[in-house]
Amino acid sequence: MKRVVLPVVVGAMLGMTATAANADTLDDIKAKGHVQCGVSQGLPGFSNPDSSGNWTGLDVDVCRGVAAAVFGDPEAVKFSPLSAKERFTALSSGEVDILSRNTTWTMGRDTALGLNFAGVNYYDGQGFMVRKSLGVSSALELSGASVCTNTGTTTELNVSDYFRTNNMDLELVQFEKADEVVAAYDSGRCDVYTTDASGLYAQRLKLEDATKHVVLPEIISKEPLGPVVRQGDDNWFNIVKWVHFAMVNAEEMGITSANVEEMKGSGNPAIRRFLGVEGSFGEKLGLNNDWAANIIASVGNYAESFERNVGPATPLKIERGVNALWSAGGLQYAPPIR
Amino acid sequence: MAAQEHMASADGPPKVSLFNDPKIRGLFYQVLLIVTVVWIGYSITMNAATNLAKQGLANGWKFLGESAGFPVTQSLIEYSAASSYQEALVVGFLNTVLVGVFGIFIATIVGFTVGIARLSKNWVVAKMATVYVEILRNIPLLLQIFFWYFAVLRALPSPKNSIEFGAGVFMNNRGLIMPKPIWEDGAGMIGIAAIIGFIFAIGFSIWAKKQQAETGKQYPSFSIGVLAFIGLPILAAAATNFPFTFDMPALKGFNFKGGMKVVPEFVALLFALSIYTASFIAEIVRAGILAVDHGQTEAANALGLQRGPILRLIIIPQAMRVIIPPLTSQYLNLFKNSTLAVAIAYPDLVSVGGTILNQTGQAIEIIGLWMAIYLTVSILTSMFMNWYNSHIAMSER
Ligand SMILES: N[C@@H](CCC(=O)N[C@@H](CS)C(=O)NCC(=O)O)C(=O)O
Repeated sequence: MKRVVLPVVVGAMLGMTATAANADTLDDIKAKGHVQCGVSQGLPGFSNPDSSGNWTGLDVDVCRGVAAAVFGDPEAVKFSPLSAKERFTALSSGEVDILSRNTTWTMGRDTALGLNFAGVNYYDGQGFMVRKSLGVSSALELSGASVCTNTGTTTELNVSDYFRTNNMDLELVQFEKADEVVAAYDSGRCDVYTTDASGLYAQRLKLEDATKHVVLPEIISKEPLGPVVRQGDDNWFNIVKWVHFAMVNAEEMGITSANVEEMKGSGNPAIRRFLGVEGSFGEKLGLNNDWAANIIASVGNYAESFERNVGPATPLKIERGVNALWSAGGLQYAPPIR
Repeated sequence: MAAQEHMASADGPPKVSLFNDPKIRGLFYQVLLIVTVVWIGYSITMNAATNLAKQGLANGWKFLGESAGFPVTQSLIEYSAASSYQEALVVGFLNTVLVGVFGIFIATIVGFTVGIARLSKNWVVAKMATVYVEILRNIPLLLQIFFWYFAVLRALPSPKNSIEFGAGVFMNNRGLIMPKPIWEDGAGMIGIAAIIGFIFAIGFSIWAKKQQAETGKQYPSFSIGVLAFIGLPILAAAATNFPFTFDMPALKGFNFKGGMKVVPEFVALLFALSIYTASFIAEIVRAGILAVDHGQTEAANALGLQRGPILRLIIIPQAMRVIIPPLTSQYLNLFKNSTLAVAIAYPDLVSVGGTILNQTGQAIEIIGLWMAIYLTVSILTSMFMNWYNSHIAMSER
């Protein structure tokens, strides 16, 4: 009798608890003690594990910032590497709390998938990489080329549209995992590798001889990349959104990981509010008032994160360009904390 | 004591309480189990339905008519980026069927050969077959697919340095490129001739079998069948003055233009799937042959039959009854394993469907479609194999 009853009871319990999940993400996270963060399977500069399994990158910093804001500890994050195709299902099903994986904000994803984009931490666009030996200098010379890319991304549609509008022939070879795209391109299956320009700079580092490949000047699409959360939990959406804004605001106000303690004594009321010395902005997010101070102390401001992960001093050598602050002619702009 | 109690319950109404009656108790638990399973199923479905409705997911099949917008590397029907999602799914399905059918064909031939070779009296042949089976069935299929794919790609030259076989056939790391026949008026005759040839071949083999059963006279029905199937279309082509021309491939820019192409993804997937499945089929064939009583061989020997005919006419037909059921499972495995295609960019149903899923967000519809199609094809395959099994079982005389 025991043999029959046990599975039945377990089954019944599973059936009931399934309904209760994901009511309040912040409570869930506090209960489990960490943020579950969906990242790529290894994209240098954005989300990449080192040899000891330590994740770093611009996208990783968003999750670390959230952990710092919630727990005061940037290490209170667990990472789930996801392929482009898996990522949205992982988020919708509650497997991850945030998706921070070079994901383009598009209308379709924002509306049809039941997701919310919490800002843009990197303004990007799709580009092409070819072997220097082909002697190609413009994407418009690519008619008839074989092009390798990832399935489940915005890239397939962009590149087909581009080739169609310019009346060029296209053989599009689509792989599920980024590492296979790199391997196939490297072994000569394709003439061209197309994805986000940032992705090209990052993946180029994985090629046998990176110096033999060049990224063409044409950028064929807008790819605003940012963190994503599930629709329906506004407070959690606010937290993730404001973690990014806090990093941008800190850069604008000159607050860095090095001077954050000293800044707490500043006479500037905006800085005092930001660091939680005055006002109660953290409480309104359901966090402590030093939430932003914790982010900056551990992860740094947007400029620090950018320079450390993808900037000119890194192997990716990416300039700030459109990702500079609005006040420096770029697009990064955060609403004020007030 | 026990016997007495048993007797009592056999002729009178049971004296035990309802609670302890094993029949009623059994029934009670069965009903409880069914009710629970149904209830769990119901609550999961309802839960999913409410959540989907809340998120605005799963809203029907309207998207199928919209334009797909992405090209596909291999298509058996006319397809371009301007075609609809529905057409894209058909392309993916046909690609799945193509690799499945060819895969099953090759795996069967290789599997039977290796299985018979394992039982060979020749030591070298038997050991080679053993090594084949042990290596191939013990390495994960996905690794084998990657191995063949990248091995093929690395070994082949770029389009500019293509290997040329003459007559417009080229090979490079973009695939095997061949002239493509363009059919003109009257080409239909060739197709009709092929169909007539095929029907004749089948009819002749049935007739030849009957003749043999009645008179003992043998006819070379296989060779005659092949001759009819190939010869008739050739005759028809000659009679209609060869109503086709060839679209010859030519190197233009990055790639060959014109002609038709077999992509390396197809070759690697087909090869990996067939030789992997063949290693399992070989074992099934070996077991089937060993299951046939040795007396059969001895009896055949006594009749003076040679080794070949013994195997072909006595052993294999009897072994088939043991072989068919597990062979069916291997066919189904091969078909389902073909979904690994997406790893090496072969545009099968799962790969194309995945792209559509990502573009439209219609997860429930696409996944439902995948399940329905794989289930249908698998069930049809099983049904056919079961029919075939009972067919050969009945012909026992
Ligand atoms: N931003 C695009 C493309 C994102 C994407 O998946 N890019 C690939 C190629 S750079 C990638 O990140 N691969 C890394 C991985 O899969 O781990 C999107 O959101 O669809």
